Amino acid sequence: MGQLGYRKLDGMADTTTTHARSKRSAPGGDTAKQVREPKSWRPFLLLIPAFVVVSFFFLAPLIDVFYRSISDPTLGVQNYVWLFTTPTNMVVAFRTFATSLLVTIVCLLIAYPYAYLMTVVSDRTRNMLQLFIMLPLWTSILVRTLAWLVLLQDTGPINGILEAVFGIGPLPLIRSTFGVALGMSQVLLPFMVLPIYSALAKIDKRLLPAAANLGARPVTAFFTVYLPLSRPGIFAGSVTVFILGLGFYIIPALLGSSKEIMMSALMYQQISGFLLWGHGTALGIFMLATTIVVLALLGRASKGTNLFAGRGK
Amino acid sequence: MRPENTTSAVDQNEQELRQLHLNTEVISVINDAGISLRDVTKRYGNKAVVDNINLVIEPGEFMTFLGPSGSGKTTTLNMIAGFVSATEGLLHIYGKPVAKLPAHKRDIGMVFQNYALFPHKTVAENIAYPLDRRKIAKAEQKIMIAGALEMVRMGEFGDRFPTELSGGQQQRVALARALVYKPRVLLMDEPLGALDKKLREWLQKEIKRIHREVGSTFVYVTHDQEEALSLSDRIAVFNNGRIEQVGSPADLYEKPETLFVGRFLGESTVLSGAMVSSANGETVLDISGHAIRVPGRLDSDSLAILIRPENITLCDEGTAPATLDSNTLPVTVLDANYLGSSWRCEVELPDGSTGTVRAAQASGVREPGSRAWMRWNVECGVLLEDTGDEGASLT
Repeated sequence: MGQLGYRKLDGMADTTTTHARSKRSAPGGDTAKQVREPKSWRPFLLLIPAFVVVSFFFLAPLIDVFYRSISDPTLGVQNYVWLFTTPTNMVVAFRTFATSLLVTIVCLLIAYPYAYLMTVVSDRTRNMLQLFIMLPLWTSILVRTLAWLVLLQDTGPINGILEAVFGIGPLPLIRSTFGVALGMSQVLLPFMVLPIYSALAKIDKRLLPAAANLGARPVTAFFTVYLPLSRPGIFAGSVTVFILGLGFYIIPALLGSSKEIMMSALMYQQISGFLLWGHGTALGIFMLATTIVVLALLGRASKGTNLFAGRGK
Repeated sequence: MRPENTTSAVDQNEQELRQLHLNTEVISVINDAGISLRDVTKRYGNKAVVDNINLVIEPGEFMTFLGPSGSGKTTTLNMIAGFVSATEGLLHIYGKPVAKLPAHKRDIGMVFQNYALFPHKTVAENIAYPLDRRKIAKAEQKIMIAGALEMVRMGEFGDRFPTELSGGQQQRVALARALVYKPRVLLMDEPLGALDKKLREWLQKEIKRIHREVGSTFVYVTHDQEEALSLSDRIAVFNNGRIEQVGSPADLYEKPETLFVGRFLGESTVLSGAMVSSANGETVLDISGHAIRVPGRLDSDSLAILIRPENITLCDEGTAPATLDSNTLPVTVLDANYLGSSWRCEVELPDGSTGTVRAAQASGVREPGSRAWMRWNVECGVLLEDTGDEGASLT
C-alpha cells in the first residue's frame, strides 16, 4: 500500500521533470509542433461509429447483392445478359429515370419561388414557411400516400368537385404518371427547398439594386446575377431529389399503374414474386452503376460553375 | 454618348414645371442643377423618414450628406438612385425629371458600402457588366475597362475574382465599375465604412483625385464628420429627416446655424443661459451668474453659446480678468490628454456640464482636479437657439 503510494508520487515527480526538461531543451515552434502532431489523427476516431454502421449495414449487403447477381443460380453473367436483352427491363429503367427527372423539374419549379419568398419575408414568416416545408417530413410517407389515394381516386373529392362544378368526368388522377409525379413531388419537395434556400440566403441583397443601377432590367438582373449565384443550391437540390426519386417504391406502387411499374417494383417482383435473386440483384447493381455515371457526368458539367472557389475557369 | 434632351423634350419639361405654378427663376435653377430636390418627402406609413427636403447640387460638385444613422441621408441617396420612390416632391437630374424613372434607366453610378461586386464574375467582367447592358462592342469595352482599372490603380487585377481582393481593392473595383460608363452623377453610400483608418484616409485622397479627373457630380453619404470635412465642396447636414444646414466645411464648422450642426461637426463647448440684454449687435447671456458676451442677436427664450476648443485658453485662478474683448468663466479641470500635436482638456463648467479645451502647448494645460479660468474672445462665440440636442455629438 505504502509502496504503491510512494511509486505514484515518484512517477508524478518524474513526469514533471521530463516535461520541464523537454520544455527547456526544445524551444519555440518545435515544442508546439511536437505537441500538435500526435493529435492530428485523433479526430478521425470519431469516424469509427459511422464506419462500423456503413460497413455492416451498407457495404456488406452491397457486396452480397453484387455477389448474388453474378452467382445466382450459377456463377456467370447470365443475369446481366437477361437484364440487357429483355426489352421490358430497359423500358422500366427509362420510365424510372424519366419519372424521376419529371419530379425533379416539378420540385424545382415549385421550390425556387418558395425558397425566394423565404429570403424576403420577416423572420417570423420565414419560420412558418420552413415549418410548412418540414411538417410533411415528420409524417409517415405511407399515411401521406394513402391520403393522396383517397383524394385522387375516381370517386374521391377532387374528381367529385371536377364533375359537379365543371362537368368533366372522372380524370385518371391515380394509376397514372400524374399521380406518381404528384405524390413523389410532394414528398421530395423539402429536399429541393432547403438547399436552394440556403444558397439564396447567401446572396448579397445589394447585388440586385447594384445590377439595376448599372443598367440591368429586372429580368436581365435575375438571369445574369441572381440565377448564376443560386446554381449551387439548384444543383444540390436537383441531385438529391433525382437520386431519391429513383428508389421510390411505395408511391409508385400505390398511386401508379400496375402496368407502368418502376424499377423498385420490378426488383420486388423478381425477388419476392419469382424468387429470382439473381435478376433482382442485377437490376439493383445496374441502377447503382447508372446513377453513379449520371452523377459523374453532372459533376463534370457543374465544375465550370464552381462558385466562390476563386479561379473557377 | 448619352442622348441629350431634345429641344422639344426640354420645352415639354418646362411646361410641366409651369403647370406646378413655379416661377421662371425656380425652373431655371432646376434646369441648371446637377441634381435638384424640391419639397421631397418620403413617408413610411405616417412616419416621414425624409421630410420636405430642398437641395440644389451643382454640376461637378462634391456634395456630402452627413448625419447620424436614421437621419434620412441614405434614404435621400436611394431616392436619387431610384431604389426608393419619393412620396412627394420633384427630383431632377441635369434638368431631367427622374421621379418616375426606374433605377436601371437613370444612368447614375453608385458605390455601395459592402462593395456589391458580383462574386461569380472576375474584376474585368464586373466592370464589363454596365457596358454589356449598354450594348457596347467588345473591342471598345476592352479599352474602357483598361482605362477604368488604370484610373483606380488596379491595372493588373482584371483576371482576379472579388473574393481574392482586400476590402480596399474591392472598393476600388466598385468605383471603376461605377465610373466606366462615365455617368454624370456618382452616388456613394458610406463607401469606406468597412475599412480601417489608414486605408480610409488613403482612399479619401484617391476619391478626391478621381473626382477632379472625371468632373462628375459626386454625392457622398457618411456619418463620419472628419471624412465629410476633408472630402467635400459642400456638406448637407441631416437630422430627423430634414436638412439642418448646407454649406462649405469651413462655414459649417465656424458658423453653424443650429446647435445640432455645431455639436455634430467637431468638438465644442456649449453654454446655455438666459438673455440679459442685447444691443449694438451684441448679446449678453447669464451663464450661471456670469455675464457672457456673444456677437449677434436671436429672439428666443432659450439661448446657447457654442465655442470651438481651439479658441479657448486656460488661465490660473486670479490671473484672468475679463478684458474688453474676451469672456472668462471659472471651471474645474476633469481630464487632460496628450494627442501628439496638441493637448486636450475636459473641464467642468459652472452648471455641471462638460466643456472641451484644446491647447497647442503643455503650458496651456492644468492638472486634473485643479481650478482654472477659461477665456475666449467674444467674437469666437456663436449664438444659437438652445434646442437641447444633448448627445448628438456622441453619434
